[in-house]
Amino acid sequence: MSSIDINIDHDVHHAHEEHDHHHDQNFFEKYIFSQDHKVIAKQFLFTGIAWAFIGGFLSILFRLQLGWPEATFTFLEPILGGWIENGKLNPEFYLALVTMHGTIMVFFVLTAGLSGTFSNFLIPLQIGARDMASGFMNMLSYWIFFLSSIVLFTSLFLETGPAAGGWTVYPPLSALPQAIEGSKGGMTMWLIAMALFIVSQLLGGVNYITTVINLRARGMSMTKLPLTIWAFFLTAILGLLAFPVLFSAALLLIFDRSFGTSFFLSDIFIAGQALSNTGGSPILFQHLFWFLGHPEVYIVIMPSFGIVSEVIATNSRKPIFGYRAMIGSLMGIAVLSFVVWAHHMFVSGMNPFLGSVFMFLTLIIAVPSAVKVFNWIATLWRGNIRFTSAMMFAVGFVSLFISGGLTGIILGNSALDIQLHDTYFVVAHFHLVMGAAAFFGMFAGVYHWFPKMFGRLMDDKLGFVHFWLTFVSVYLVFMPMHYIGIAGFPRRYYAWTGFEAFNGFADMNTFISISAILGFTAQFIFLFNFVYSIFRGRKSTENPWHSNTLEWTTPVLPGHGNWPGEIPIVYRWPYDYSKPGSVEDYIPQNIPFSQTQSSNLPQERDFE
Amino acid sequence: MIAIAIGLSIVLLLVILFLLFRIGTLASIFRGSTERAPGTTKTSNRVNSALLLIFLIGGGAAFAWSFASSWDEMNQPLASVHGRWTDSLFWTTMIVIGIVFAITQILLFYYSYKYQHKDDKRAYYYPHNNKLEIVWTMIPAIVMALLVFAGWKTWTKITSAAPQEAVVVEIMGKQFNWMVRYPGADGKLGVAKTTLIDATNEFGVDFSDRNAMDDFMPREIHVPKGKPVLLHIRSRDVIHSVFLPHFRLKMDAVPGMPTKFWFVPTKTTYEMQNETGNPDFTYELACTEVCGRGHFAMRFLLVVDEPEDYEAWLAEQKPFIELNPDIMAKFSDKAPQHLVLDANAGEKAEEVKTEL
Repeated sequence: MSSIDINIDHDVHHAHEEHDHHHDQNFFEKYIFSQDHKVIAKQFLFTGIAWAFIGGFLSILFRLQLGWPEATFTFLEPILGGWIENGKLNPEFYLALVTMHGTIMVFFVLTAGLSGTFSNFLIPLQIGARDMASGFMNMLSYWIFFLSSIVLFTSLFLETGPAAGGWTVYPPLSALPQAIEGSKGGMTMWLIAMALFIVSQLLGGVNYITTVINLRARGMSMTKLPLTIWAFFLTAILGLLAFPVLFSAALLLIFDRSFGTSFFLSDIFIAGQALSNTGGSPILFQHLFWFLGHPEVYIVIMPSFGIVSEVIATNSRKPIFGYRAMIGSLMGIAVLSFVVWAHHMFVSGMNPFLGSVFMFLTLIIAVPSAVKVFNWIATLWRGNIRFTSAMMFAVGFVSLFISGGLTGIILGNSALDIQLHDTYFVVAHFHLVMGAAAFFGMFAGVYHWFPKMFGRLMDDKLGFVHFWLTFVSVYLVFMPMHYIGIAGFPRRYYAWTGFEAFNGFADMNTFISISAILGFTAQFIFLFNFVYSIFRGRKSTENPWHSNTLEWTTPVLPGHGNWPGEIPIVYRWPYDYSKPGSVEDYIPQNIPFSQTQSSNLPQERDFE
Repeated sequence: MIAIAIGLSIVLLLVILFLLFRIGTLASIFRGSTERAPGTTKTSNRVNSALLLIFLIGGGAAFAWSFASSWDEMNQPLASVHGRWTDSLFWTTMIVIGIVFAITQILLFYYSYKYQHKDDKRAYYYPHNNKLEIVWTMIPAIVMALLVFAGWKTWTKITSAAPQEAVVVEIMGKQFNWMVRYPGADGKLGVAKTTLIDATNEFGVDFSDRNAMDDFMPREIHVPKGKPVLLHIRSRDVIHSVFLPHFRLKMDAVPGMPTKFWFVPTKTTYEMQNETGNPDFTYELACTEVCGRGHFAMRFLLVVDEPEDYEAWLAEQKPFIELNPDIMAKFSDKAPQHLVLDANAGEKAEEVKTEL
């Protein structure tokens, strides 16, 4: 099964792996421009957390508007200044808030913060490598991301406001500065930030792929990789194939904005004059955008798949059920994610025949997703579950992924999408399935690998409080949103009160806003726990969760090069939990079969 | 003063919470629970797994209750033929996913509860079962195939070509309102170009086109009940989207690329007022593609009449050029040329239109 392809070469040669030439690093080399993957991972994590709080805070601001459309918000003047006009939130700034919330969360938190942190941290540690293939490119990846963050953050303070045309930045709205204030400097900075972001992603992605292919420890065949690595590997491939397309879209949009081209513009009369642009197609942009945009949602969720698989298996003390089916479904999702993009465009005016094709392809993707859910549940079955904070978030992840994923079956159906497109049903769907779920995967990862990052454990009790408050409020926020969506409430609306069809559900919206505030507040418990535990948390042992993967064979705080001596040799798959006949209920990957004769399965006897 | 008081009490609250946290940590050290492997502490496991079960039951009940009590509010009145198809397909799919939702969530939380850590227990080593994998790949695949088939059939019917006799209405989105144009007695809309737009001629209609002569632009949309209506949708600045929630109809308005959608209204406004018991009920048109500052306020009204009332309304409408005779001055230099061509052959008019 998992150990067929072992091929151990017994004479160990390690000349090129020795890191004896340790010279003393100064502060900058060690913490700022570090090329150590673990430091870079922490840099991504800290930046991601900072962005998550900013992105979350922006959502609270627009939830205030939606929950209390009649209220005056003079108390926000100290923060928002001119964007509060006579106690009312400026409607264009409302759109800017929505746009920046989306951009920040999707790209800066759930792509860079999630993949950046865990791919960087776990790939070398779990495959048994000293570091990434190119530490220098890895460092560049972070610092270009940082630059991109600065550009985007600065755009929040422009007088004309940040980009405001939605995170999908559809032209002509995003192309024409006369259409909306946010399409002035804010949009320019958005495009610059995004171009830099893509460069950072590509540098990181090339590195992840190269490292996984080339730097695996002896014995670590592809079928012995933990599912985390499979997920990060496929995520990196998706990013590498999809992000350049967004780059091209951004580039063409820059041309349209600044150099008078007409890629996306045609037959426009705006601000009292007809523009000379002709022949362009706004639909072209949508195709380019969603060709990235759809793989992007899988770039967001697949690392969580991997993390959750690992956390559930470890804490259920059981092998992940259907290891190969899990890899197969990841691959299936990865391939299919490239051929479903136009389900975002059923009512864009695209040829209805294409709609049929994309509906078919979209609904197929439900199959591998369903397989994953069944496998997670089967892993819990007859386990001996340890409820660590990470495990709670992993269980929460599965629950949220089911709830949000199922409504995808409705939205992927073009006939049903007619009514539901761009309503709150969509908002509820993707927040559950890729927003909250990906966040839960990220939390599970942080709680689980915190001891390896900082040598200390996060406090479990605070973790539980954090989990329960977050879990409950996520459901309280997004379940009622489905009702509002079924009623047809359009998204990105500053207020619905102008419409008779949409003047209901006022109390429900207030309720959602209160729940959102509760959920956001709960994140400060996490922040406290995170910061406090870095300095004062309970000291960890080398392998606090009794886990099998290689990172737990390193010292409590692995130094530069990860293993002080030889890199361990891998003999078995990472999921030998509760194997009948073994003394402990876990057998790490570096334990040879000769040491576990009592628990070896018949087909494993040959390796003893 | 109040601000300081609020600030102080928040600080105090945080201090108390921090102290509680410290006491809890110290207590757990004394109790010796830190000696055990993380996640194997008895109370934590019991409490968390019980809470998961409570969440399943309590949350499920709360969801069912809130869903039922929001039922009337979430179902918009329905007034189109294809809306009946999509509504029934929607609720059928909801039942299917509802069943899956219930089963998977119950198993997830129940297993979490049932298989919580016990010191004397060991997990069951069960790495894979190919038969099971095939079964739970095939079942979703079959269900998906059925749903795709139903969706595809509905979608094809909805997006099929509009019947010849359909009433034609042009809807144009602009920042930040909708405008509509009817083709008039000849049933043909005159050509329009963005370059011809000015303060009066907001559509940019080329009034040297004979088809434009009887075009009229009313302040609300009127359509006859029971007859197919074809919407020609376009935008003159950014992307908008026509959304008629009661007709389950949505289509983007894209600058430079006209789109269309046809439907058959089934209930007049008057009938709907009686049915909903709301004497002020009107059909509304909203914008669902973010288009700028006034996105949320692009409201337009639609009235469904009995066919005879619709004819009467139609007869009342005056062509745009009749109401704005001055507009013709702009096109007068082209007019003579037209007359010559028209003298030649009536059929050639089509060609002239495309040239313009």
